[in-house]
Amino acid sequence: MPAHEATMAVLPLAPGAAAIAITGDVTAACEQELMLAHEQATDSGAKLIVLDFAGMEYMNSGGIGMLITLLIRCQRRHQKLVASGLTEHYRQIFELTRLDEAISLHDDMDQALAAL
Amino acid sequence: MDPRSPEQNGQRDIENWAAKVDRLHVADDLRTYGYNIEGRRIAGPMNGFGRLWQRTYTADIGTAATPERVVADWRAHFGDYWPRMGRFHGTISAINPGDVAPLTAVGVTTGIMVLYADDTSFTFLTPEGHMFAALITFSCESSTSGGTIEQIRMLLRSSDPIFEALWPLTRRGEDIFWPRTLKNLAAAHGVHNVTVQEHTECIDRRRLWKNWSNVRYNAGLRTIGHTFTVPFRPHTGKSAN
Repeated sequence: MPAHEATMAVLPLAPGAAAIAITGDVTAACEQELMLAHEQATDSGAKLIVLDFAGMEYMNSGGIGMLITLLIRCQRRHQKLVASGLTEHYRQIFELTRLDEAISLHDDMDQALAAL
Repeated sequence: MDPRSPEQNGQRDIENWAAKVDRLHVADDLRTYGYNIEGRRIAGPMNGFGRLWQRTYTADIGTAATPERVVADWRAHFGDYWPRMGRFHGTISAINPGDVAPLTAVGVTTGIMVLYADDTSFTFLTPEGHMFAALITFSCESSTSGGTIEQIRMLLRSSDPIFEALWPLTRRGEDIFWPRTLKNLAAAHGVHNVTVQEHTECIDRRRLWKNWSNVRYNAGLRTIGHTFTVPFRPHTGKSAN
């Protein structure tokens, strides 16, 4: 299956909140990009980080491992990590792996911002 | 209705992932060994107790076989490549997403669930009570020189305070078990005396005290209990310890 390179764009949402918009294929190979995006969001003073999965096309189990590592980084910095835009398929994977107990899931960005 | 295409909708990989389940269930023919899995929940790395480690074992087997071929073989004969200190009680068919399989390692009977599987990798999650709350990925990839690299990568925490106290021992056990597995897999493809590299990184030094009560599911204690109560249970014709 063709790999669609992932991009991670950091977008300011509100004072103290930033989104990381993820597009393409999420695998362990994009760990460096995701961590760089997190650094950028942290530098902007974000205490709430919204992972926006609306543009994600595919994720493998390496992607789940990467999200766990990101979650630990956020916890260390007292940041809240939430997710929005997951399809039903990936929402179920978050539930199956019990990641949803640590990363709250929201339908869209507005709902995610309410977590601030 | 979601306007996105099936591919954008995450359908491209739907068959690679296990379907969502709340509790694990063991197939009837594996029930004898499934007493520490049946009815348990999955316990990922955020549901354990101890420090979080990322451990990676790799072995370069050169051009003996493609990553796809090695992984297909690994999925079909997973337990056969284990050293004798462990026993995988899976079925004879290949590892597939959603499979739940009991295992016995260093005398402790527990199990795994297959979370994900594709042509070049497969991933296990552990149930409550397993020595580790872990996400373990077995994979093969092409090296820059065109060869094949076998890899086992795990994100794991000890499940409870007892297993955390035993971490120096279990870590040493892992350092024997998984390199031997990679060597056995390499040997099956005609590569002998392969060198296994190991890398360990502590991702989170905190212990998750809110999960101390995981000890009630401790598979080690329950295996001992199960073994000692064998004479008092109806005979099933098969020993399970």
